[in-house]
Amino acid sequence: MSEPGDKLSTASQWKLMWWKFRRHKLAVVAALIILSLYFAALFCEFLAPYTLDHRDVANAYAPPQRLRFFSDDGFHLRPFVYALECQRHPETLRKVYVEDRSRRYPLRLFVRGPRYRFWGLFETDIHLFGVEGGGTLYLLGTDSLGRDLFSRILYGSRISLTIGLIGVAMSFFLGLTIGGISGYFGGWVDGVIQRLIEVLRSFPSIPLWMALSAALPAHWSPLKVYLGITIVLSFLGWTGLARQVRGKILSLREEDFATAARLCGASQWRVLWRHLLPSFMSHIIVSLTLAVPGMILGETALSFLGLGLRPPITSWGVLLKEAQNVQAVALHPWLLTPVVFVILTVLAFNFVGDGLRDAADPYAR
Amino acid sequence: MLALIAKRILWMIPTLIAISMITFAIIQLPPGDYLTSHIAALQEMGETVAENEIAALRKQYALDEPLYVQYWEWMKGMVWRGDLGMSFEESRPVATLIGERLLLTVVISIATLILTWAIAIPIGIYSAVRQYSAADYAFSFLGFIGLATPSFLLALIFMYIGYSVFGVSAGGLFSPEFQGAAWSFAKLWDLLKHLWIPVLIVGLEGTAGLIRIMRGNLLDELRKQYVLTARAKGVGRLKLLLKYPVRVAINPIVSTIGWLLPAIVSGATITSVVLGLPTTGPRLLQALMNQDMFLAGSMVMMLSFLTVVGTLISDLLLLWLDPRIRYEKRGE
Repeated sequence: MSEPGDKLSTASQWKLMWWKFRRHKLAVVAALIILSLYFAALFCEFLAPYTLDHRDVANAYAPPQRLRFFSDDGFHLRPFVYALECQRHPETLRKVYVEDRSRRYPLRLFVRGPRYRFWGLFETDIHLFGVEGGGTLYLLGTDSLGRDLFSRILYGSRISLTIGLIGVAMSFFLGLTIGGISGYFGGWVDGVIQRLIEVLRSFPSIPLWMALSAALPAHWSPLKVYLGITIVLSFLGWTGLARQVRGKILSLREEDFATAARLCGASQWRVLWRHLLPSFMSHIIVSLTLAVPGMILGETALSFLGLGLRPPITSWGVLLKEAQNVQAVALHPWLLTPVVFVILTVLAFNFVGDGLRDAADPYAR
Repeated sequence: MLALIAKRILWMIPTLIAISMITFAIIQLPPGDYLTSHIAALQEMGETVAENEIAALRKQYALDEPLYVQYWEWMKGMVWRGDLGMSFEESRPVATLIGERLLLTVVISIATLILTWAIAIPIGIYSAVRQYSAADYAFSFLGFIGLATPSFLLALIFMYIGYSVFGVSAGGLFSPEFQGAAWSFAKLWDLLKHLWIPVLIVGLEGTAGLIRIMRGNLLDELRKQYVLTARAKGVGRLKLLLKYPVRVAINPIVSTIGWLLPAIVSGATITSVVLGLPTTGPRLLQALMNQDMFLAGSMVMMLSFLTVVGTLISDLLLLWLDPRIRYEKRGE
């Protein structure tokens, strides 16, 4: 350890955890990926070259445009794209896109594009990057209505990434309260709660989620549907956390410091919240991190099936709905790109969770 | 031993009752009762429904009674007559609609479970014995990818590869000529030929987790004293490995059926939707889309029942496999 021993022995628990976490290279990289994904979700209006509903029907199902540095006249420091030209295939009459090598559109920063309201506060048309002069910049291609997939994925990340957090927050609250009660009071309360958890856990999650989300009224506003789906996801999510909390409390409440607090006249709630809870907080944070990907995948699955979020709300699952049949996937494989983002996010959360778990365990070498 | 088995089986009853209650609540969740939506659907098609017919139907399903009476009627029909209610979309009994699909779901789930074990246990053993080898790292990496890729995304990718590389569609469980045919050996063989794709897709998720568990368990076992003693006494490496540590390390695997099974059924549901398999998955989705709640609720319940029964079987299996559990209980 590079830190002097003196500093080590006086460091707080959180500081120790941070030092240990930092040594887990993969987890640090994963944490950076997660941070940048959330950053992108936060500023998606500005980062995306187009808005969510910007339609370019003439360029429907356009394949991804390649960013290039080399043209026929040699190297360009500024990356550029060639113009897209749409032709009809002479036999199948299907649209085919070819690059028009005579027209180059260099990538520029802070270009004017479709108008949007930034965070609903003020209206502007400045985008971080884009092309000027009537060119198109479809980095990941377009969908059936000619909407830019890259921009839509960025906008979708706002929904997909937050639904996991809100869902986990909700399960956190439920799991902590119910698990806490179960572990602290024990006896028949514990028995009933444990049986309930067992029953809920024996449900196969996706069929149950499907049934619950199908029961959400069709006339609900987008915000209500969003909340409804998070509640549906938390319906099963809290059980795992409640079990862990219960186990921890069962072992901790027999410790001397808990007895001491009780003898000093602290109420049961105070012992639970002020003394027991902080001592296993780090474990809870680990399980929360590991619970987020399940929520994200759950939302993606439901929206993909058409039972979760519906347009105009856009999440990764909603985007994937376009890639549901073989024809779409075979002809327009770029519609599958949201999958890459889902997997990247889930992997990153898993690695961070693993790193945190190692860091939070005081007995690990 | 017998008393213990009886206790486990008795414990199942309250679990099943609780599951049926939750399912009934799901059926009741959408606004309006199923009869109103059924009548609305009939009227849309231009059929007139007589007042007394409606009244008779309402009486048959005890719709005007309080909720607990409705629940009781539903349960009574289910337990005594095997009557799961009617599908309002197709006006046929739910039981006949889901019978064969449920069978195929069970077949896929069991096949997946077996495949998951067949892949995960040897790899787990290899990874533990050759810890930190290149292959161990490779399997760990694959395992992480497998854990992060939900089955329906895998099904999509599989479909794309199947179409673009091999020019075949990966969907379906039967060749067209067997679609409506009666069961025969030829049909069974045809089923087996199609089965491996969904089984592989659904199984990958669980396999990844199981490899980790098997590896961890075996590593713990290998560090124990008795392994060293046996080696010192001259027991062959392979014989020792398979005879003692593997046997002990496998026990927790059997007990994981309890959480593996819900995950498999769950994964099979959504994979079937993507691949268009004739299992409960697509039927459930369709029923939910049409708010055919009796059909949907019954399916969710049957799937959960199967999971509970599967878990019970794994519990009993564990009792039989691991003598330590029996002795612990006897000592109480």
